[in-house]
Amino acid sequence: MAWKAIDRISPVVDADAAPVLSEPVKAKIRSFFDRYETKRAVLLPSLHVVQDALGSISWQAMVEIAELLEIHPSDVIDTISFYTHFWTHPKGRKVITVCRSLTCEVMGGAAVLEELKKQLGIDEHETTPDGRYSLVTEECLAGCDHGPCLLVNEKLHKRVAPQDVAGILADADNDRIAFERSDLFDAPRDKVVTGAAAQEDGAQRSTSKDQEKRRAD
Amino acid sequence: MYESRGGYRAVRKALKMTPDEVVAEVKKANLRGRGGAGFPAGVKWGFLPKDRTTTLLCVNADESEPPTFSNRVLMEDDPHQLLEGTIITGYATQAQVAYIYMRVEFHEQFHILQKAIDEAYAAGYLGKKIFGSDYSLECYLHRGAGAYVCGEETGLIESLEGRRGWPRIKPPFPAVEGAFRRPTVVNNVETLSCVPHIIERGADWFAGIGPPHSTGPKLFCISGPVSKPGCYEAAMEITVGELIERDDMGGGMLPGRKVKAVFPGGVSMGALTADELDMKMDFVDPGNYGLLGLGTAAAMVVDQDTDMRMVLRNVARFFGTESCGQCTHCREGTAWMYRIATRMEEGAGRIEDLDILLETARNMGMMPGLSICGLPDGATFPIETIVKKFRSELEEAIRAQAPGRVEAVLSAVN
Repeated sequence: MAWKAIDRISPVVDADAAPVLSEPVKAKIRSFFDRYETKRAVLLPSLHVVQDALGSISWQAMVEIAELLEIHPSDVIDTISFYTHFWTHPKGRKVITVCRSLTCEVMGGAAVLEELKKQLGIDEHETTPDGRYSLVTEECLAGCDHGPCLLVNEKLHKRVAPQDVAGILADADNDRIAFERSDLFDAPRDKVVTGAAAQEDGAQRSTSKDQEKRRAD
Repeated sequence: MYESRGGYRAVRKALKMTPDEVVAEVKKANLRGRGGAGFPAGVKWGFLPKDRTTTLLCVNADESEPPTFSNRVLMEDDPHQLLEGTIITGYATQAQVAYIYMRVEFHEQFHILQKAIDEAYAAGYLGKKIFGSDYSLECYLHRGAGAYVCGEETGLIESLEGRRGWPRIKPPFPAVEGAFRRPTVVNNVETLSCVPHIIERGADWFAGIGPPHSTGPKLFCISGPVSKPGCYEAAMEITVGELIERDDMGGGMLPGRKVKAVFPGGVSMGALTADELDMKMDFVDPGNYGLLGLGTAAAMVVDQDTDMRMVLRNVARFFGTESCGQCTHCREGTAWMYRIATRMEEGAGRIEDLDILLETARNMGMMPGLSICGLPDGATFPIETIVKKFRSELEEAIRAQAPGRVEAVLSAVN
């Protein structure tokens, strides 16, 4: 609702925070300058760059972005608070976005969401205590021909049934898409998952196969 | 690959014509915008002031209308066709920069299109002096951040400028004063993908497809409990029933499912009952069935087991969430429609709630002249058509509610 504030868009103000934007991130933001007529227009790209580098956009990051773009920090908040994609406090390493629009709901999306809540032990717009997953709902993901669908970070999972949820959660590669990535928008990836965590993640990799099979049926 | 099958031939042809000739050709083809409003693209380009120095082109790839995915298919499977259309349109409007505004949920498509743009730059199809002509065009991908209203052209422009995606009051129209206060053309992905074919095969070929008021091929999406949900191309002569039943399209309903309602043009256009499937999918006929228009031509089927109260609540929730909050009628109206619909779904509806929904719906939107953009019009049509066309079912459901629920809910509120 326009009138309803979601918890994830209220930043924590810390006046004494140390600078958070590294030089490469700043350079990346500056590289957008010649694309637009005003520096303010670089705001959305910079927010993407910062969120991809740091996971979320803290108050300190907003101040530094504002400085780079020569605008007031309140302008940054003004813009951020409009969009559902930006996080102003830490999110899980993988964000599960469940589509809740009409096709997906008619095809059984609500049951998938309930199953995810049950297995993760969290509600919508919450993060698991170990910081692995955040669960959010979003309007139409434009995957209606394969509803119900959900995104794990960047990867779209199609025709998900409640019984697929365990498999998707156990699949370490559930957020990988098979395209060469431009280095501009690298999402935070748990590249350093090693040892026990990796084994736990990789325990079950049959998700996509199961889904393929059902699609064929 | 695209080029070996005849791609980028149209742009070479277009660059030998004058920009005005290209505009005239598209006007003659009567290419109507594919994004939802159906405004003729050539006419839109004609609104640009003659004495302009800078022109911008925005490609609207912020497809977020449930259940539409034709732009996604175009960008996934044929990104270069879109780029070719962008270059030709850029040339016709003499734009210096093209921004492709893509919604952020398109991750795979982002990488595909970015790669295509890089390839086009490497081949010299974008950048300075395209194909050896004097025309130069820069093309950038701009990602949105999750807002339906940024698909509205002025909302898109505001968002491009780094602000909240609040639609602007028109006039001035974007063609006169758009992004960065420059003359700006905003066109949908599907519209631009039609342009190369008009240039290459001629306006007469394009205008020869479909009825005179709805020319050219169109992508139709079909989703819901049908056998083959997907995106199919056809002339704008087919009916909703054909789209669902034809073997080369939807392939009929899934076993055991029957059509109860269809949203033929995206949810914002309104709903049809199972008796109205002979509606033609063109720009004119939907009006005869009480719908707002063709919209995005994305049909969504609701089957007999689905509770219409759930559909009502889901649609109301969508517009309640996506209302940008600028205009009071839309902000409050959509939010209250959602609350009423939620209460009804929870088994605490009242017969008079249906009339309250209709009254709220009548008092929102651009048509009564109460809002800046068309979002509330899109919010009212599904609510109105569901309540009017499925009234007996809704009333029956309300009468079958457990006694005492309404009183319990209302006393909890007071």
